[in-house]
Amino acid sequence: MNRNLIIGACLSSVVLIGALVSFMWTPFETDTVNIAARMRLPDGTNWLGTDHFGRDLLSMIMVGARTSLAVAVVAVGIGMGVGVPLGLAAAARQGSLLDEVISRLNDLIFAFPSLVIAILITAVFGAGAVNAIIAIGIFNIPVFARLSRGAALSLWQREFILAARTAGKTATRISVEHILPNIANLLIVQGTIQFSLGILAEAGLSYVGLGAQPPVPSWGRMLADAQTMVSLAPHVAIVPGMAIVLTVLGLNLLGDGLRDALDPKLRRRVA
Amino acid sequence: MIAYVFKRLTALILSLAVASLVIFLVVEVAPGDPASYMLGINAQPDTVAALRAELGLDVPKTQRYLNWVGGMLVGDFGTSYTYRSPVSEMVADRLWISLPLALMALALSTLIAIPAGVLAAARRGGVADAGVMSATQFGVAIPNFWFAMLLVALFAIKLRWFPSGGFPGWDDPAAALKSLTLPAIALALPQAAILTRVMRSSLIDILGEDFMRTARAKGLSRRQALWRHGLRNALIPVLTIIGLQFSFLLAGAIIIEQVFFLPGLGRLVFQSISQRDLIVVESVVMLLVFAVITVNFLVDLAYAIADPRLRRRA
Repeated sequence: MNRNLIIGACLSSVVLIGALVSFMWTPFETDTVNIAARMRLPDGTNWLGTDHFGRDLLSMIMVGARTSLAVAVVAVGIGMGVGVPLGLAAAARQGSLLDEVISRLNDLIFAFPSLVIAILITAVFGAGAVNAIIAIGIFNIPVFARLSRGAALSLWQREFILAARTAGKTATRISVEHILPNIANLLIVQGTIQFSLGILAEAGLSYVGLGAQPPVPSWGRMLADAQTMVSLAPHVAIVPGMAIVLTVLGLNLLGDGLRDALDPKLRRRVA
Repeated sequence: MIAYVFKRLTALILSLAVASLVIFLVVEVAPGDPASYMLGINAQPDTVAALRAELGLDVPKTQRYLNWVGGMLVGDFGTSYTYRSPVSEMVADRLWISLPLALMALALSTLIAIPAGVLAAARRGGVADAGVMSATQFGVAIPNFWFAMLLVALFAIKLRWFPSGGFPGWDDPAAALKSLTLPAIALALPQAAILTRVMRSSLIDILGEDFMRTARAKGLSRRQALWRHGLRNALIPVLTIIGLQFSFLLAGAIIIEQVFFLPGLGRLVFQSISQRDLIVVESVVMLLVFAVITVNFLVDLAYAIADPRLRRRA
């Protein structure tokens, strides 16, 4: 076991468990205001302190983790769900018109400054978690389409694919039954990377008010709320920021660790 | 080479055309009519109709799209609905903030990344390498707007070295640079982390090349070989990334400009969106896309000039 994998898996599971537990239990309610207890420093009662409404920050972070994870999961899901079939289809008919169109569209989406377009989409269609998911998800499509096309192209040259073709399997069946399992490792590693980018993007959109809307707690909006109080109560800004940093760091380490763990096997199989 | 340039140029123009169509369609389906928004809810229908005609909103959509694209080709980006001034002038004003900001961030990120990457590669596997690599892990994980808030708390509010936001204008260059310093640092951080990794891995690849062994064999010290032969060759991919980063810094400054209340392109986009000033939104987004696509094109071209093998592949 490598160190990156262990640290990454630990950090990621802490966030995941926190988000899951928040459905059943949080230390305090996140929708009650208690002005008397506002901007408390971390202590025995409020482990991470309270914000300007007296809400418990740990509870807010736990509930906010749901938003971050949900947005990132669905955005990666959109990217994989649309991108991988497109990439596989392009690879199955290399050099065809379909391949050309898919590749050009990929290049085009890559060329767009993703943040600007995400802001445009959420601003035009209304701020909210769903539109944030769509905006982030669209930019995941070419990432997975390119990755799966490239990986599938080299596999199509292999003997076992030729064997499958001689056996009379259609291109679609070969893609699903033989290509997909062989590129799954790559997709998982890329998935964790896109997942962490999704969390950062969601935080940015929420920070400028275009992501999840009140009263749904979200890390990015907690930071926006904390901005005016950063000198009075620094912990209100530090806690959500650290939550983002540790989650993204955890996912990146998990991705690196998975790549190291899966790569030798992958190399043996492909080479 | 000419065939290659021609092919790439066609792709460039096609990309720009599709991009303009996508932007126009996205903005067009936005709910809310700019004319009735500007006049308020008590406006008479004929006043709204008159304003719609004045703004050129009464012609069919295809005609409006063609007018918009045709105008941009000759440098006319339309007239802002809210401010009644040419969009090109508004953009030019804002560019004087966004462009220097992006350049400062790019310079900072390069100044940090090249030495850090060289250090990590030269001491590969050592303590310095591990330190630099951990730092880059944090660098890519830190949201730049949060980093910006921390910078403000420390350097603007506590130490009072820099202003916490706003822009005094270029009449006082020292004050202007001072107010761009913290935003530039915040923008540069994640870019520097990425660039450091590229620099490190590129130099490690080069250090394994035969000509590096030859350089050592002819009597150069490790350090001499690294600086004279290693760095120069390793810089090529780094320069590509720097080129790509520039356009992303320009676009990525949007959120940082919000943190520091800088009246740059990003704030212009946000204001225009909330005021339904669609023509400004369309034109600014189109300009940013144009910048990204064009820089990508130029980087590709520079690469093809440096490495003839790439021309054939395209």
